[in-house]
Amino acid sequence: MIFSKLKLDSLLLPLIGVVAFVALWFGLSATVSPDLPDPTATWVSSKPVVVEPFAYRGEMDQGILRFTWLSLVLVAKGYAIALIVGTPLGFILGLSKVATKICDPMIQVLRPVSPLAWLPLGMILFMKTGKGVSEMAALFTIAICSMWPTVLNTAVGVRSIPQDYLNVAKVLKLSRTKTLFKVLVPATLPYMFTGFRLSLGIAWLVIVAAEMLTGRPGVGGFLWQQYNSLVYEQIILCILTIGLVGFVLDRLMSLVEARFKTA
Amino acid sequence: MSLLEVTSVNRGFGPAHARSEILGNINLSIEEGEFVAIVGYSGTGKTTLMSLLAGLLQPDSGTITLAGQPITEPGPDRGIVFQNYSLLPWLTVYENIALAVDQVFPSWTAEQRREHIERHIAMVNLTPARNKVPRELSGGMRQRVSVARTLAMNPKILLLDEPLGALDALTRATLQDEIARIWESEKKTVVLITNDPDEGIYLADRIIPLTPGPRATLGPSIPIPLPRPRDRAAINHDPAFKAIRTRVLDFLLSFQEMRKTTLSKNLLLPDLVPEDLTRSGGPGLFAPRRRPVRRGELKREEIVVRS
Ligand SMILES: Nc1ncnc2c1ncn2[C@@H]1O[C@H](COP(=O)(O)OP(=O)(O)O)[C@@H](O)[C@H]1O
Ligand SMILES: [Mg+2]
Repeated sequence: MIFSKLKLDSLLLPLIGVVAFVALWFGLSATVSPDLPDPTATWVSSKPVVVEPFAYRGEMDQGILRFTWLSLVLVAKGYAIALIVGTPLGFILGLSKVATKICDPMIQVLRPVSPLAWLPLGMILFMKTGKGVSEMAALFTIAICSMWPTVLNTAVGVRSIPQDYLNVAKVLKLSRTKTLFKVLVPATLPYMFTGFRLSLGIAWLVIVAAEMLTGRPGVGGFLWQQYNSLVYEQIILCILTIGLVGFVLDRLMSLVEARFKTA
Repeated sequence: MSLLEVTSVNRGFGPAHARSEILGNINLSIEEGEFVAIVGYSGTGKTTLMSLLAGLLQPDSGTITLAGQPITEPGPDRGIVFQNYSLLPWLTVYENIALAVDQVFPSWTAEQRREHIERHIAMVNLTPARNKVPRELSGGMRQRVSVARTLAMNPKILLLDEPLGALDALTRATLQDEIARIWESEKKTVVLITNDPDEGIYLADRIIPLTPGPRATLGPSIPIPLPRPRDRAAINHDPAFKAIRTRVLDFLLSFQEMRKTTLSKNLLLPDLVPEDLTRSGGPGLFAPRRRPVRRGELKREEIVVRS
């Protein structure tokens, strides 16, 4: 009885959602948006890209997983930069009231800026690097957009370290470096990983915009190219891929995050 | 010259215009090897006093010296066992103690340190739990880790801040015996802060009541000449034990009257009072009326609260 109810909740209900979504999609393409390919057309047209996910037929004609891989590599690089810059910045803000006062207005102003606005600035910044400019600009955009949750969560984490832990460090007379690595960092880890997870979500969000504007090969670049060459079917494939990858990344980060939840 | 010497120490909290004086004119001197208990109501400043002794806080005025040296900062020579255990939750029992031992005895070999840590874990009967993290331990076990960590630092003086306050009565009794046993074997100087006079009398050489605040201060030092080792069951019927307990309680209870606090409260009256129709003359145009009481016209009332 309980078992069947569980099954109903966790399997049947999401399935109803999917069916309803596909029905809506069919309905839309049949009525108000005749240009929107319906699910069957999407599948027929996407098949070559999906069944040979690692095929390479040209820079902008590759298997969908190959494109995804390219995007992931770019995101990984940008995200790494965000963490390497963001985590120490968060610690400085958490430890120093003066630093907070200096940086806070800047952060509040820079944080809401869209990736579409950062990208041109990145282009200008790295103009001198020649051929690598589009990659540099993309990395810059990913890093600066996805950094903020890491910075802010780390800062909050450092500020909310219980006085008890600091007292232990004081009584033991731990040196500054030891206090940092034996007390402050471990005590902040749960907050840091929440920041890391949110940052990864944003980094993945930014990749599409970055690839569209720079025309780099990847899911986002592919999507934009198919739109420009009027192959609408594969756009939907790209959207689904982006969504699924984002979902998987978030799940993975949640697992890591849960691992660091100390009592 | 006593080991620990506290002279006319005052300490308060808060900014000058709204300062609450917590401790006033604290004087205390403790000899080497002595076990002293300080007993008081909660919220009177016991932890504040402990933090002063540990060097985590500085007195507003007065001096505290340990072996003649003024206490200006915390250090491992004063081993404090915090009220809430203060174990680092991401380290195991062994690692929590190792953090202290590695820091205090950097010149020892790894093998010496390992042996020292294991010995202290065994001393508090926690060897089976040595690889557990605090979240997996009961309150009593955590407190024992905390005691072991502090003892492992080999401090000159042991400061115990309500170490058993959060435990149930049975665990409490067991740990009291454990503290008594450790003190017998180590002969350390101990300051025990507690809210339980019986616990203080059972364990200590003398017991000092802390008066209720504000400006809490230490009362008379009451010696406890009961022979050791003490037997928990027998001691309860010992007339000497009863006499000491009466003295402590009488002293603390004599402050009950003083604890009556006067609260002043502003009472807000309703905007208007209804017209008094029984008055003669009726509501004539020029008849004198009762003036309406307006908002903002406040009455003061004093309420006496017993805490
Ligand atoms: N850091 C602090 N800042 C302000 N007030 C404090 C601080 N520490 C303690 N107090 C106040 O001092 C009083 C005594 O606290 P405490 O020493 O912890 O009492 P006890 O340990 O006896 O229960 C309390 O009223 C508390 O509010
Ligand atoms: Mg306390």
